[in-house]
Amino acid sequence: MDQNAHGETSPDLLLEIRGVRQAYRKESAADLVVLEDVDLQLRPGEIVGLLGRSGSGKSTLLRIISGLLTPTGGDVIWRGQPLRGPAPGVAMVFQSFALFPWLTVDENVELGLEAQGIVKAKRAERAEAAIDLIGLGGYESAYPKELSGGMRQRVGLARALVVHPDLLLMDEPFSALDVLTAETLRTDLIDLWSEGKLPVKSMLMVTHNIEEAVLMCDRILVFSSNPGRVATEMRVKFPHPRNRLDPAFRKVVDDIYAVMTRRPVPRTTTALSATEAVRIHPVSSNLLAGLLEVLAGAPYNGRADLPALAGPLQLELDDLLPIGDGLQLLGMGVLEEGDLRITESGRAFVDADTDDRKQIFAAALRANVPLAAQIRRVLDDRPGHRASAVRFRDELEDTMSPDYADETLLAVISWGRFAELYSYDEEADQFFLDDEE
Amino acid sequence: MSDTPFPAFASQRRLPNLFDLVAGACILAALIYVASVARGTVGPIDAPEATAISLDPANLPAYAVRTTLRMFAALAFSLLFTLTYATWAAKSRRAALILIPLLDILQSVPILGFLTFTVVFFLGLFPGQILGAELAAIFAIFTSQAWNMAFSFYQSLKTLPNDLDEATRSFGLSTWQRFWRFEVPFAMPGLVWNTMMSMSGGWFFVVASEAITVGDTTFKLPGIGSYVALALEQRSIPAVFYAILAMLVVILLYDQLLFRPLVAWSSKFRFELTASEDAEDPWMLKLLRRTRLLRAATDVIGSGFNVLTGLRLALPRRAAKERVPSKLADALFLGVMGLALLYALYLIVQFTSTSLSWSEVLEAFLLGLLTLVRVVVLMVLATIVWVPIGVWLGLRPVWGRRAQPIAQFLAAFPANLFFPIFVVLIVRGHGNPNIWLTPLMILGTQWYILFNVIAGASAFPGDLQEAAKCFRVGGWLWWRRVILPGVFPYYVTGAITASGGSWNAAIVAEVASWGDTKLEARGLGAYIANATAEGQTAKVVLGVAMMSAFVVAFNRLLWRPLYGYATRRLTLG
Repeated sequence: MDQNAHGETSPDLLLEIRGVRQAYRKESAADLVVLEDVDLQLRPGEIVGLLGRSGSGKSTLLRIISGLLTPTGGDVIWRGQPLRGPAPGVAMVFQSFALFPWLTVDENVELGLEAQGIVKAKRAERAEAAIDLIGLGGYESAYPKELSGGMRQRVGLARALVVHPDLLLMDEPFSALDVLTAETLRTDLIDLWSEGKLPVKSMLMVTHNIEEAVLMCDRILVFSSNPGRVATEMRVKFPHPRNRLDPAFRKVVDDIYAVMTRRPVPRTTTALSATEAVRIHPVSSNLLAGLLEVLAGAPYNGRADLPALAGPLQLELDDLLPIGDGLQLLGMGVLEEGDLRITESGRAFVDADTDDRKQIFAAALRANVPLAAQIRRVLDDRPGHRASAVRFRDELEDTMSPDYADETLLAVISWGRFAELYSYDEEADQFFLDDEE
Repeated sequence: MSDTPFPAFASQRRLPNLFDLVAGACILAALIYVASVARGTVGPIDAPEATAISLDPANLPAYAVRTTLRMFAALAFSLLFTLTYATWAAKSRRAALILIPLLDILQSVPILGFLTFTVVFFLGLFPGQILGAELAAIFAIFTSQAWNMAFSFYQSLKTLPNDLDEATRSFGLSTWQRFWRFEVPFAMPGLVWNTMMSMSGGWFFVVASEAITVGDTTFKLPGIGSYVALALEQRSIPAVFYAILAMLVVILLYDQLLFRPLVAWSSKFRFELTASEDAEDPWMLKLLRRTRLLRAATDVIGSGFNVLTGLRLALPRRAAKERVPSKLADALFLGVMGLALLYALYLIVQFTSTSLSWSEVLEAFLLGLLTLVRVVVLMVLATIVWVPIGVWLGLRPVWGRRAQPIAQFLAAFPANLFFPIFVVLIVRGHGNPNIWLTPLMILGTQWYILFNVIAGASAFPGDLQEAAKCFRVGGWLWWRRVILPGVFPYYVTGAITASGGSWNAAIVAEVASWGDTKLEARGLGAYIANATAEGQTAKVVLGVAMMSAFVVAFNRLLWRPLYGYATRRLTLG
C-alpha cells in the first residue's frame, strides 16, 4: 500500500494533495507564503496527525482539505476528483466547538443533515444514533451553554459523525479542554475507532500537542514554519490503546521534539544580520525570567530535556517552545535536539537583582533584536525623543503578515518596557524616551 | 430555558387549561376589535365620518388602536427593509460603498422634515383616499425606525463569528438556510433591542404625523395624535389629560405584552456559551409558555417556519476563484456612481439657485446655531441632573431594578403629548418662548441618559467598588477616578440617542400653539416647521439639509470620538 507510484492516483486513495502552496498577496512586497510545496496522501483506515508550531500553516492545510479555502497553487484531489468547495464526504470538528448557541443539541447535530435535505424522520433517527454513540444520550434538548466543555465537544463530534463522512477533520479538537476531559474524550474516540464503530473511513487531525499526536495517530506529519512545509513524516506503529509511559512511546515523543527544535538553518543567519526581521512571539518577560530560573536551578542545572521540562511545568508545546525561542533570540538560552540549555548571559541574568536584570536584559535586547536597537537609535536621534510606531510596523509588514507584525511589535514594546530601553504611548501609538534626569 | 422537562407528557395532554381560556379570549377579542377599527383605513378621504375627530373620551380606545396599528404597520415595513437592505450592503462590497454612508446620513436627517414630501407623494399615489394619508403617516414612522435597525443588522452580519461561518460552509448549508439558521439568529438580540428602541422613538412620530398641514392640504387621521391636536385647537385641558392617560395605557400594554417578552425571548440568541443568570421571565412569556393550546399553536407555526427556512434555496454557486476583485468592474461601478453624483449635484444647484439665495442659507445656518446652543445646554443640564441620580440608583440593585424599567417606559412615552401643559403654563406665566420652549426638546429623550447610566452603574464591578472603599477613595476623587470613567461608555451611548432625538424634537418643540395663541422660539426647528406649514418646499429642503449637516457634524466631531475613546480606554476586559 505504501509504494504508490508518484503522480498516479490510486483508487484506494481518499485524498491526494500535490504541491499545494498557499500565499497571501501583498501590494508592496513579495507574497507572504504560508504553505509551500505540501504533498499528502490519505488512505482509508488511518489516523493522520498534522503537528507543528503555531504559524506553520497546519490549520491552513486543514481548511484547504475541507474545501473552505482554495489553495493558491497545487492540486487537491478528493476521491479522484479535483476538490471544489466543501465536499459532502468531509466533516469538521472545530477547536472552539462552533456550536450554534440558539440551537439545542439535537438541532445542532441535525444541521448537516438538514443541509443535505434529508427528511425530518430520517434526520431524527440518525441524530439519535450519533448522539447515543458519542455518549450524549439524555442531553438532546439542552442548549450548548448548559453543557460543560467536554460535552460541547461531544456535540461537535456527533454533529460531524452524523453525516457519515469518509474523512473526519479535527482542528485541535481537545486543546480548549482541561487535561482530564481531553484525555477522556481522546480515549473514547480511539476506542470507538478501534472497535470500528465510527462511521468514518479516515481521520485527519491538527494538533500542537506532541503526546496527543503520538497517542492517537498512525502517521504524523511534522511541519516546519516560515513557510510551512512538511519537515518529517513519522509512522507510529503501536497498537491501541497506547501507553504513554512505554519507553518506545517516549522515544517517539523525544524524536519529534528534536525535529521541532531544529532551527531551519538558512533562516537564522539572514534574519539576525540584515534588515529582514524575524517574527517574535509576545512572550512576557516574567515567563522568560521564570523559565531561566527553573532551568538554572536543580534538578536541571542549566540543561533540560524539553518533554521533561514540559510535564512538571504543565506547559504544552505551544506554550513552552515560544519561551525557549524568546530565550534563544535574546542569547540567553539555546534550543538543540529537544533540549534547552542556558547561556552565560542567561545565568548572569538569573544571578542578578532586579535593576541589574533590567540592564542585562536591555543589553541582550539591543545586541540581538535589531528592531529594538533601531527604535532606541531613532529615539536618541530625534530632538523630541518621540517616534511613531507606524513606521516600524510598516517595515515589519514588508516581510510578514500584518498579524505577525503586530505580534512582533507587541513583543518588542513589552520587552523594551521591561528593559526600560524606551516607553510606548498606546493612545498616540508612539515610542518615546522617559526623562531620566 | 424553562421548557417542560417531560416533552413526552406535554405532547400527550394538549387539553386546554385555564391559561388557554384567558389568553384565547383576549386574543379573539383583540382580533375582532382591530379588524373593525382597521376598516376605517380604506375609503374616500372627504367622507365626513372618515376624518372627523371628536374629543369624546369614549372614542379614545378606538383612536389608540388606530395609532398602534400604524405603528406596527411601519414596524413590518422596517423589518422588511432591514432584512433586505442590510443584507445587500453586507454581501456586496460595491453596494456597501453607497448603502452604508447613505444609511448614516438618513439616520441624521430630521424625520419630521420628510413629511412635506411624503405627504404630497402618497396623497398623489392614492388621490382622494384615506389610504394615501395613512401611508404617509406610516412612512413617517418607518423613517424613524428603519435606519438603526438596518445598521444593527448590518453590523451583526459583518461580525459573524468565524468558526460558525466555517461550520455552516463545511456542512454545506444553502444561502437561504444559512441566512435563517445562522445570520438572523446571530443578529437577533441586537435587532430586537434596536427594534424596541425604534418603537420607543416611533410613538413620538406617530403622534406627530397624525395631524399635518402642508400648505393648503390639512388632514387629520383618527388617532391619539390628532385627538391632542384638536384638544389644542379647542383649548381643552381635560382632553389633553385623557389623551395622556390613553397613551399611558397603550405604552404599558406594549411594554408588558411585547417589549419584555420579546427581549427575554431574544436572550436565547445571545452569542455566549456561558450560562448567565437569567432574569425571571416576564409574566406574558410565562403565560404563553403555560397555555397548552397557544403552545401547540406556536409549535405549529414554529415548525412551519423551520420547514420554510430549511429549504435548500441557494444562489448559483460562484466559482471559488472569483475572490480577486475585478479592477475594471470596480472602475465602471465607481464611474457610474460618479456620474450619478454629478447629476444629483446639478439638480440640487439648479433647484436651489432658482428659489434660494445665499442670505437664506446664512439665515438657516444662524438659526441652526441657535438650536445647537439649545441642544448643548440641554444635554449639559440633563447630564448634571441624571448622571448622579442614575449612579445612585444603579449602585443600589433594588432601586436600580425598579427604576430602569420606569426610565425605559418614560423614554417610550411620546413627550409631545405633554407639550400642551407646558404651553399653557408659558402662556399663563408670560414666559419667554425662546427660553421656556427649550426644555420640551429634551422632555422625552433625557430618559435615555438615565437608563443607560443606571445600566452602567449596576454593571460596575463589585471588586472595583470594594477596592475604592478599601483605599478610602471618596468624594470628588471617587466620582472622577472611579465611577464616572466606569459609567462613561454607557453614558455616551445614551447621550448619542438623546442628542439625536432632541434635534428631531426641535421641529415640534420650537413652535407651539394653544388655540389662537402661537408661541415660537427662534431656531432651525421652527424654521422647518413654519416652512412645512406654509408649503415652501425649497425652504424645507434647506432647513432639513442644514439640520442634517449640524447633526452629522455634531456626531462626527463630538460623539464618535467620545465613543471611540470610551470603548478604547474605559471598557473593562
